[in-house]
Amino acid sequence: MGILVRNLTKKYGDFQAVNGVTFEVPAGQLVALLGPSGSGKSSILRIIAGLELADTGSVELTGEDATHVPVQRRGVGFVFQHYALFRHMTIRENVAFGLELRRPKPNKDEIRARVDELLGLVQLMGHAERYPSQLSGGQRQRVALARALAPKPKVLLLDEPFGALDAKVRDELRAWLRRLHDEDHMTTLFVTHDQQEAFEVADQVIVLNHGKVEQMGPPQWLYERPATPFVTEFLGSVNVLNVETVLTMDQHGDEVPLSLDLPGSEGGRAVYVRPHDLEVQRHRDGRPCWPARIRRLTPLGGLARLVLTLHDGTDIQVQLTRQRCLELSLAQGDDVFVLPKDLKVFHQPGNFVENYMI
Amino acid sequence: MSRHGIPHNSWTSLSIRTGSLLYLAVMVILPLVALGVQAAEPGPWAFWNEFTNPFAWHALKLTFTTALAMVAINAITGTATAWVLVRYDFPGKGFMNALIDLPFAVPTVVTGIMLVALYGPTSTLGAIMGQSGFAVIYQVPGIILALLFVTYPFVIRSVQPVLYEMDRAEEEAAATLGADDWTIFWRVTLPTLWPAIVTGSALSFSRALGEFGSVVMVAGNRPLATKTGPMYIFGEIESGNRHGAMVVSVVLLTCSLGILIVLNRLQRRGDESHGR
Repeated sequence: MGILVRNLTKKYGDFQAVNGVTFEVPAGQLVALLGPSGSGKSSILRIIAGLELADTGSVELTGEDATHVPVQRRGVGFVFQHYALFRHMTIRENVAFGLELRRPKPNKDEIRARVDELLGLVQLMGHAERYPSQLSGGQRQRVALARALAPKPKVLLLDEPFGALDAKVRDELRAWLRRLHDEDHMTTLFVTHDQQEAFEVADQVIVLNHGKVEQMGPPQWLYERPATPFVTEFLGSVNVLNVETVLTMDQHGDEVPLSLDLPGSEGGRAVYVRPHDLEVQRHRDGRPCWPARIRRLTPLGGLARLVLTLHDGTDIQVQLTRQRCLELSLAQGDDVFVLPKDLKVFHQPGNFVENYMI
Repeated sequence: MSRHGIPHNSWTSLSIRTGSLLYLAVMVILPLVALGVQAAEPGPWAFWNEFTNPFAWHALKLTFTTALAMVAINAITGTATAWVLVRYDFPGKGFMNALIDLPFAVPTVVTGIMLVALYGPTSTLGAIMGQSGFAVIYQVPGIILALLFVTYPFVIRSVQPVLYEMDRAEEEAAATLGADDWTIFWRVTLPTLWPAIVTGSALSFSRALGEFGSVVMVAGNRPLATKTGPMYIFGEIESGNRHGAMVVSVVLLTCSLGILIVLNRLQRRGDESHGR
């Protein structure tokens, strides 16, 4: 077992940052804690590291209870968003820091060899005698990673590790982190607010909102089977329509109505449709559809993004391939018909989902 | 010719620059030169004789040793006070923070009187201390006490902002790597604070070299015992030995200036190595 947290809660003044969080990071996996700012993701990571104490709940690392173990003896490697390198020490001294504090203390040759090994791993062999201020952001973060890995921690925790880097370096480091993990399989938990980053790097993603776990699972599964409206909206763009709009549209279509078997009619129900789950037709073909007008058409390389206005004034986003767009020779102002291929209906109280494949 | 912004009328800019340079020359450089010239005028031998005169030599030695003792105490207590002000929250913290600068506001002679009132032989505390052999006033410890009072804010005010802006993540990183509180302080926090502690200490040292008002009240002005450099200068002027006063002045001035220059250099080098 890698990391197990149970019923964590944490309050800062009146603000409930973490509100009953339970999850497990299986040994050897790379897992992302994903959520908007204020969702409690960094607090959870810091509680696991021992940098902060939870108000209630427990933390287990590799099968042992660590709830009351001080940070120094938890054996976690921690990487901070802004690197937090020791600025008055060289790169070599930075990486050696954790090794020198191990008991029994390794001798000088062992330390030197391990530092060399890690600097090789992060491809900074030639920079050992430099100071952090002489390195670029990406290089500094690699040093921070080498420093965290040097004492062979039980688990690796990264707090928005790529948040301070520019886009290109960020992409490189993500790919590099994934490769590194594929080689050494260290149990790794990293915090991010970037959905794309979580999906690109992680084996599993834990989605957080308001200090609670909304859903956990492999990226594709979360995307296809979101458990809550929040997850649906947070993971990629989505059209939110209210049920009444959807049903009214059917009547106007006056051919085949959309037959959604919606239990009960009370409460705020909402229908979610992803832009790429909508199809556009020039003519009715007997399937249920909504008449609409193209308000805007934006070509985006191989794709095109359309904004359509339904009869009742609701705007919806549609994503088509460039190919399909050309086939239909669509232009701004054209009248078309929209067919939903996949709808998700959420019933607000209870938050359960019904998936309608059409 | 302006470095940025709207181009100025060159006559205006030229006259402003010349004016401020002239002002600096008249206000600061001319008096310095006058002192240097008159101290050197009787020749190097006369200078050397005044410098090595046992009364002058003792006064200078006393000034430096008391200043050093003060710095040793201030470096530690100042850093600790700054630490308390930045890292802890407690009722009355704002008030305490405001009080730090009080010694700058108190006229130095008044400082001397306050110390005499508290520790002087006529006060209760002073009498008890005198009887138990720990007399402070009219003794060397009194001088150190006065210097501590007048230089109190220096180290605190130079360490405080650095501590305040310091990235706590460095200390946290050290903790996750296994460092206990003491190790974190010695190996991570202190090296970051070090330049600020040195700056504050050097400034207070420089200030102490010239301290007169408070010291004259508490020292007792006993030659070869409690007479410091500035008191010696004053005394020599009073008794008509202008040259002797000037020689000691030049020595004190050179030290103060030296400290200023070295500090400036260090600061510039520090800025460069940190890429700021």
